[in-house]
Amino acid sequence: MAGLVRRRARRQAVLRWVVVGVLSFVFLLPLFALLEFTTRGPGDTLTWDTWRLLVDWPALEETYPVLWTGMKASFWLVLLSVALTLVLLVPTVVWVRLRLPRLRRLVEFLCLLPLTIPAIVLVVGLAPVYAWVVYFVGGSSVTLFLAYTILALPFAYRAIDTGLSAIDVRTLAEAARSLGAGWLTVMWRVVLPNIRSAVLSAAFLTVALVLGEFTIASLLNRDNLQVAINQLGKSSATISFAVSLAALVLAFVLLYLLSFVGRRRRRERSVP
Amino acid sequence: MSRRLRDLLGVVPFFVFVGVFLVIPTLVVAIGAFLGDDGRATLDNVTALADGYIVQAFVRSIVLSAVTAILGAVIGALLGYALVTAEPDSTVRRVVTSACGVLAQFGGVTLAFAFMATIGLSGFVTLFLRDSLGVDIFAGGVWLYDLPGLVLVYTYFQIPLMVIVFLPALDGIRPQWREATESLGGSTWYYWRRVAGPLLAPAFIGSTLLLFANAFSAYATAAALVSQGSPIVPLQIRSALTSEVLLGRENVGKAMALGMVVVVAVVMALYALLQRRTSRWLD
Repeated sequence: MAGLVRRRARRQAVLRWVVVGVLSFVFLLPLFALLEFTTRGPGDTLTWDTWRLLVDWPALEETYPVLWTGMKASFWLVLLSVALTLVLLVPTVVWVRLRLPRLRRLVEFLCLLPLTIPAIVLVVGLAPVYAWVVYFVGGSSVTLFLAYTILALPFAYRAIDTGLSAIDVRTLAEAARSLGAGWLTVMWRVVLPNIRSAVLSAAFLTVALVLGEFTIASLLNRDNLQVAINQLGKSSATISFAVSLAALVLAFVLLYLLSFVGRRRRRERSVP
Repeated sequence: MSRRLRDLLGVVPFFVFVGVFLVIPTLVVAIGAFLGDDGRATLDNVTALADGYIVQAFVRSIVLSAVTAILGAVIGALLGYALVTAEPDSTVRRVVTSACGVLAQFGGVTLAFAFMATIGLSGFVTLFLRDSLGVDIFAGGVWLYDLPGLVLVYTYFQIPLMVIVFLPALDGIRPQWREATESLGGSTWYYWRRVAGPLLAPAFIGSTLLLFANAFSAYATAAALVSQGSPIVPLQIRSALTSEVLLGRENVGKAMALGMVVVVAVVMALYALLQRRTSRWLD
């Protein structure tokens, strides 16, 4: 039996490396091609000019104003979307758990609804709503953070809900209240520190989502990173290929870091 | 003010926001699909869905989604199985799942570009094959910027998504079950056919449905890749939104959007049903 298990472990390891190896090759090939394309100099030479330009921001702004505008818009969109998602969702989800358990199903339904409504459909319905947004606060691209918060709801909700399920919010809140804490203190100093990793993962997922969003920005005629990249792709493919690869790598780094956050949480819980 | 009312006040911001930016847009689509240009109720937009070009777009969208969902599900399940044989905290697993997260969700324009750089006209692989092996992959016409290209790029983001959604089910399979099968004299084939297979089947089918919905809803990749025409529904909606629309057809875009929601909602409902079946033994 032990020999059988060991033999199988070895066979599985071989399978694992073959499958992961082959698929890694297939999946890295297009990304490598992006890199190769952006470092292609005149006459089969290798050049890093595009990448040097990418870190030289004043020059970048001057050479590709469209790209710069898009990057700036996306930067603000990331900040505002994360802020609004957390400010809106965390207190609501906690509050519903504590005081309005009957609304829980409804809140969950609304938060997961964007999964069944493709962005391309949402944008059709958002057009008239955004006509009002323009009327009240103007047509800046940054106002897209309102729509992005909706797109982020399912992912952020799941992360926060999982985090809250792991702790006993009600007991914690009651304990704090009986010691004289106000609701703000309960939220800020009792609940929030206990779901820190869930909040962090909600934030990371929102960042990745906003960095990659194209559909809504493009169809509402706003600027963001992806719209700029797509626009530039037609005239100066090299720089837009480089930026899109950089954004992809950035998103990967974020999610990789996130995988460590998740692990710490599990380990904490396993300690009796 | 009663306590109950005060409690409800706490959730007002959330409901107002979701109401304005999610419920109203949904209603705009759902109601607009049944309104004529003059604002009166009509079924014209919905009956326009039976027009040849729209039916074709829906058929192409469905075929594209189904083909890439099945390809993605099979290959993704294999990769997922390879991953669960590793330790949960191992680097290979962490790197692959993070990479899958990025490629599955982030994609869009970047993936379209990546494939242009790979097998576009002056792509890395295209040039290599042509110059070194004398193979011209576009001998039969440039297929990358059309439906075959979409199948390829969509599969590229479906496989990682399958890994992410199928991994929890694979993790739920206990090694003890296999040992139990073996100690009772069952072969590997018997184990997969009679134990692991039936347990994983609902999760596998459910994940495939999710992949279908994902491909069906996707827009960015197609928008960045397809230069001519609008072969699939999301691109038809784009042209309904951006181009000058024919008189009397302003709301056909909304009817198409509603059609998409119906398809996705049916698929997601089936998914939820299968998910419930899976969760019975998963935890």
